Amino acid sequence: MNKIISGKVFVLGDDIDTDQIIPAQHLVYSLEKPEEKKMYGKFALSGVPEAKSGLPKGGIPFTPDDQYDSEFTIVVAGKNFGCGSSREHAPFAMQVAGCKAVIASTYARIFYRNAVDGGFVVPFESFDDVSHQFRTYDEVEIDTELNIVRNLTTGVSFPLRPLGDVADIVEAGGIFAYARKHNMF
Amino acid sequence: MSMTLTEKILAKASGKRHVDPGETVWVNVDILLTHDVCGPPTIGIFKKEFGADAKVWDKNKLVIIPDHYIFTNDVYANRNIDILRQFAAEQDLPHYYDVGTNRYKGVCHAAMPEEGFTRPGDVLFGTDSHTCTAGAFGQFATGIGNTDAAFILGTGKLWVKVPPTMKFVFEGEIPPWIMAKDLILQIIGDIGVDGASYRAMEFAGDGVMNLDMEGRMTLTNMVIEAGGKNGVIEPDQTTFDYVRARTDYAFEPQYNDPDAKYHSTRVYKMKDMQPMVAKPHSPDNKATVSEVKGTHLTRAYIGSCTGGKLSDFVAAAQILKGNTVGVDTYIVPATTLIRNQLKTEMVDGKTLWSIFEDAGCKIGEASCAACLGGPADTFGRLNGEEICISTTNRNFPGRMGSKKSQVYLASPYTVAASALTGKIADPRDYIGAHV
Repeated sequence: MNKIISGKVFVLGDDIDTDQIIPAQHLVYSLEKPEEKKMYGKFALSGVPEAKSGLPKGGIPFTPDDQYDSEFTIVVAGKNFGCGSSREHAPFAMQVAGCKAVIASTYARIFYRNAVDGGFVVPFESFDDVSHQFRTYDEVEIDTELNIVRNLTTGVSFPLRPLGDVADIVEAGGIFAYARKHNMF
Repeated sequence: MSMTLTEKILAKASGKRHVDPGETVWVNVDILLTHDVCGPPTIGIFKKEFGADAKVWDKNKLVIIPDHYIFTNDVYANRNIDILRQFAAEQDLPHYYDVGTNRYKGVCHAAMPEEGFTRPGDVLFGTDSHTCTAGAFGQFATGIGNTDAAFILGTGKLWVKVPPTMKFVFEGEIPPWIMAKDLILQIIGDIGVDGASYRAMEFAGDGVMNLDMEGRMTLTNMVIEAGGKNGVIEPDQTTFDYVRARTDYAFEPQYNDPDAKYHSTRVYKMKDMQPMVAKPHSPDNKATVSEVKGTHLTRAYIGSCTGGKLSDFVAAAQILKGNTVGVDTYIVPATTLIRNQLKTEMVDGKTLWSIFEDAGCKIGEASCAACLGGPADTFGRLNGEEICISTTNRNFPGRMGSKKSQVYLASPYTVAASALTGKIADPRDYIGAHV
């Protein structure tokens, strides 16, 4: 994990479920073949209702219709991010689109676990809901050592919770890398 | 030191005498379940990490039940079934239930009990969030992702954080117009879609223990809709009768210690329970049926692991018999067995199948179908601005297809009553006396 994760931010609300992150009809593509895999980037967060996609204004697609990559590196959301199904395709799709980290006040546990164990995106928790302190397109930087997110556009910073128990797995890059490092198999 | 049922199962599975909530333990896995959506990527990760010729840790403990995208012309979806089929052949798997054969089952969470894989005291992980359904049998059962499943495929182990347990007690006799679905919608509405995050939800009390296994499964099925890690019900004679009729496999049931510590306890009186709905677009957006009675609908849907079991169709048939539906009504039996039972199970001397046909319902093949939308040609999928009342489990935006559609979640009684009028209707107008 890099000390600094930076880029443009995409802002969402509460209870973003996995059907919004990657609608079920798209779960058919291979996660390995490059020609199919890129479809996950194309459809990442495409299930979010238009008015709530890219807050506060809305109407902003995470990945533009004719593209496979997103210009947004960081997603900031409210509570219970990633609720719903267990599909690992959800954090995977965000990673394929180019997202590196999510900041939410809380996560649904399977999404959180998938994000960590698969090494797809780093799921940071804010102490309070800070989503309304960011506007989609703001330039943002996460300091992963100091556990701080800085909104460079507004100049305001917020503390993040330390990754705690999962920090070692995130640092290793996923559960397999972690297990090998610890001679578990 | 006393433990809850969930803690005791995890202690046993991790070889410890005692575990505490919050503690991380490595558990030995009794059963791993996967299906056609998450199976192929799980297999891909397994081969990448353990080698193309690696063997799974224990082929008797792996269950693969294709169920999501079966009756579709989508070439990718069909390709994914081929991947499962090939892997089952390579690994010589005894518990693969292939599409297009007489072994085909349908929705995994309804098929698992039928096949005797939901055993009290065991640990079940599945690559599907509704794996928690099996907690109805006193099993520790929870959903995981592909990476974790691939890890289990190679090692037979997984790390898990011991969850604190929230207890939900139902006292008294269930009113005739109330179903388990109303109870769980009430709970989710009360605690919210994240009200049980990272916790176990245990259901207890005479009101719960008097439910049959299918009713209990409806409760545990939807704990994930409150963010719960697992749902669980102490096993009793009802559980053992069901399980023993389906498997000879040995198991060690676990029970709560008398002074087990709970995160919290909520007590409900059955006599106070109302027919409930979850309004669009969240399972915790609760209302009583009385509050939304008369709401315009364009579709009704009875199916899924939540509301497509035999008892769900018996309930619907009690209301639909001799009547004609007023909106497009889809019947999707969860499993092949249940679909066959529609042709033999009777209500007032008529089979369920003929009751549904005569009422004008469309009857589909056993699968997950439109519960989660799926490919565009999926049976019953909401492709536009439909307003649907459904016995399924989620109504987040776009869950059943188009994000312009709206979904109300309700019990089979309420869905059937509403199907007749094309408006949300009260099952008490059809079942028992209105109080």
